[in-house]
Amino acid sequence: MASTAIDYAGAPAEPLPQELAGPRGARPRRLLSRRNIFLYGTLTVVAIYYLLPLYVMVVTSLKGMPEIRVGNIFAPPLEITFEPWVKAWSSACTGLNCDGLSRGFWNSVRITVPSVILSIAIASINGYALANWRFKGANTFFTILIVGAFIPYQVMLYPIVIILREMGIYGTLTGLVLVHTVFGMPILTLLFRNYFASVPEELFKAARVDGAGFWGIYFKIMLPMSLPIFVVAIILQVTGIWNDFLFGVVYTKPDVYPMTVQLNNIVNATQGVKEYNVNMAATIITGLVPLIVYFASGKLFVRGIAAGAVKG
Amino acid sequence: MGAVSVRNLCLNFGEVEVLKNLNLDIEEGEFLVLLGSSGCGKSTLLNCIAGLLDITDGQIFIKGRNVTWEQPKDRGIGMVFQSYALYPQMTVEGNLAFGLKNARVPKDEIARRVARAAEILHIEPLLKRKPAQLSGGQRQRVAIGRALVRDVDVFLFDEPLSNLDAKLRAELRVEIKRLHQQLENTTMIYVTHDQIEAMTLADRIAIMRSGAIQQLADPATIYNKPVNKYVAGFIGSPSINFIDGQLEIGSDPVFRAGETKISLARYQFSGNGPKPGAVTFGIRPEHIFIEKAASDQPFQAEVDVEVIEPMGADTLVWSRFNGSELRFRVDGQHPVKKGDRVMVGFDPARASVFDAQTEMRL
Amino acid sequence: MPDSRRPRQVFKNLAAKIAAIPMILTATVVFVGGTLWTVLYSFTDSKLLPRENFVGLAQYERLWSSSKWIISIQNLFIYGVCMLVLSFVIGFVLAALLDQKIRFENTFRTIFLYPFALSFIVTGLVWQWILNPQFGIQGVVRDLGWENFTFDPLYNPDIVIYGILFAGLWQSTGLVMCLMLAGLRGIDEDIWKAARVDGIPMWKTYLFIVIPMMRPVLITTLVIVATGIVKVYDLVVAQTGGGPGIASEVPAKYVYDAMFLSQNLGQGFAASTMMLLAVIIVIVPWAYLEFGGRKRHG
Repeated sequence: MASTAIDYAGAPAEPLPQELAGPRGARPRRLLSRRNIFLYGTLTVVAIYYLLPLYVMVVTSLKGMPEIRVGNIFAPPLEITFEPWVKAWSSACTGLNCDGLSRGFWNSVRITVPSVILSIAIASINGYALANWRFKGANTFFTILIVGAFIPYQVMLYPIVIILREMGIYGTLTGLVLVHTVFGMPILTLLFRNYFASVPEELFKAARVDGAGFWGIYFKIMLPMSLPIFVVAIILQVTGIWNDFLFGVVYTKPDVYPMTVQLNNIVNATQGVKEYNVNMAATIITGLVPLIVYFASGKLFVRGIAAGAVKG
Repeated sequence: MGAVSVRNLCLNFGEVEVLKNLNLDIEEGEFLVLLGSSGCGKSTLLNCIAGLLDITDGQIFIKGRNVTWEQPKDRGIGMVFQSYALYPQMTVEGNLAFGLKNARVPKDEIARRVARAAEILHIEPLLKRKPAQLSGGQRQRVAIGRALVRDVDVFLFDEPLSNLDAKLRAELRVEIKRLHQQLENTTMIYVTHDQIEAMTLADRIAIMRSGAIQQLADPATIYNKPVNKYVAGFIGSPSINFIDGQLEIGSDPVFRAGETKISLARYQFSGNGPKPGAVTFGIRPEHIFIEKAASDQPFQAEVDVEVIEPMGADTLVWSRFNGSELRFRVDGQHPVKKGDRVMVGFDPARASVFDAQTEMRL
Repeated sequence: MPDSRRPRQVFKNLAAKIAAIPMILTATVVFVGGTLWTVLYSFTDSKLLPRENFVGLAQYERLWSSSKWIISIQNLFIYGVCMLVLSFVIGFVLAALLDQKIRFENTFRTIFLYPFALSFIVTGLVWQWILNPQFGIQGVVRDLGWENFTFDPLYNPDIVIYGILFAGLWQSTGLVMCLMLAGLRGIDEDIWKAARVDGIPMWKTYLFIVIPMMRPVLITTLVIVATGIVKVYDLVVAQTGGGPGIASEVPAKYVYDAMFLSQNLGQGFAASTMMLLAVIIVIVPWAYLEFGGRKRHG
């Protein structure tokens, strides 16, 4: 709309003086105010502290052992070598075998992929049933599930050993996948239940009136509109399962150990000369998958822990 | 200069111009309402006056003092927020006294001011309670009290009643008006999107739209002589009827829509006088009369009733006049029904005519 | 409302019930069943395999007379208290700094939180390397000329737990910061405005108004950090392996060692039952505050 000449009907008769003495505009602000120096100074110092270990890892992994022995761990490498990375990947020794981290990496992939898929599939359907198809007793089991998430894993370690042994899958990847599915259930179910509960109920009712059933509504309506929460769940599970150590060491045998267990065995192996550069290369390689997930996911990662934590 | 003066105020958030070169003078003791729909910049302007937002350009004076660079606490203002913003962990008394304690006001002076505010607002029995134990209306009283104890002459209200239900809103509205009358020489600036609040409370209303003031005037002027089509449509409920047509100037100025001609002989044209061309003719539903009363009016026409909305005290009738929708009110007891053909009439002198191009009042 | 007289109650909502079977099994068999089983068998003299020979509190007496367990508890206590206090203070300060409408907020937050994405094993190994007395911080400072500088927490039994704390803080302060930041963002903007109009200095606004308002977030964070502390295991395994000697043992490691290394299941069950007890002591008051409180306010 064109409202060029504004007529202040009833405004004071005298015209407003256009300019008066004194301050005008924004408060003067120096870029280097004491507040800003303190604020950014503190944050930068803390950021350096946080980045330092990553830096040390990378730098060490690119040096040769002679350089490490004479030099400073914070110094950048004089001569960059990828030898330690190659060795860490393909020929570092764990005390049992000497085929490097690659075996652990592929084991971890074989553990993580089915665990993530299975745990999310079960938890999302379960969360959907809890949010939209309440049945008698559902809340009781859900409460037990959530309370159970606070029980130290150590309490349930051995009973699960017995269960898996009875099922004949103790020490196998299948057994470990099942364990991850069970322990991922509380947080994931909570995540999905809260998400599906926030979907307008009218939508759900409309679908029922249109004749859709339990599975129809889940696959045709809920699933397509909840992509973000699935991404959050995937981030949560990939990092969580990849980083697991306890379940890996308890429920698998050495030839199917996940990467974290194998990494620990390589670095903390008692025999032989310590090769710090290989150790650090192995450590980075192990941390790479969750780091990539973290940096790629950005805000969704934060949302994942907030959803898991604040509402949990 | 008045109690609060705003000079050439501009505020940009990055590329976006939120407030555009605003000028405003508020007299001492005046009750000014900033009215507009959401996003028009009214709350932003209030926050600038309070010093809670840094302005991009311009100046702000309070009681003749240039406060453009002052901190909010040094501006001599008290402020009341929509969400009450009470400190939840403190009692009502603590809420009232906390700012004063920080300003190192002597203890007995704090006690005196808190007691006075509590008396004025009738919250003495609540002093020992915490905000969570109060109703919405009580909370807002405490929030007003917190502004009151600051012993200032300028009060800023940021949609203070919007979180309350309709009944409480009406009650507190009267109370705020009473408070303004009770506190002599106290200037109040009040932001709202509710036109009833604005009409009932204000000495003057500033209607804002996209960061600019459309009209600044007393409520009667705003209602009767809206400065442009936007203001005319914004004020009044049910809203004003607009009829598109031509302004023709013969011996008298005449509004013509299709075959119908409405004489504007007694219409007071503003400044430049009538100018022929496309115009929009606005007439408020409550200024349209029917049947017997219509025959007393300078202009009459016959219309068909399309829809009726009974509202108890009166009934809103929807009909059509020369292709434009025409709403008018009839007494609730009056028998009208769909399909009736009724005689309506109004006085063109009470109408508003706007240039179709600029939408400004003619 | 479900009609109770309708026949075939069981088949109503059948698909939902089938979908909930994994949850029901997990909740009853693993969580409730497993916990009860462990508590029950902690009163037996199970060794390599569980057996039903009940010996009363004998396992607990042995547990509490074991110096390894006592050290584990002491370590957990020191680690826990320091972890709680420091992660809360640092996490809150960082969150408050990030909440000042600063530039590069996302960059800083990403940096502070990335260690949380890593495995405790990775964290433990990196810090083991940085704290290596020969090549790590101590070595670097000595090379700079301070020949007598000593900073070898991982090799000094008296302070080894603080070396682990260093790594633990590095890993989890970002999480605390993130939760606190979410809490700060949840505070009504008008509260800050009101405090500014009232002329209350920023530190006082934080201390007397904002922090009390963040109580729910603080409590949730407390519960998360505290349960994490009780579970601490991988970090110790990677960083020190419990050494030097048994100086950095923790309860979770005691449980694992008893069950899977020294074929002493009964000890493992008793120790894990004690851990459960510790968590109950943390959780029950919280649940009471959280859910008892909710009822009071309606």
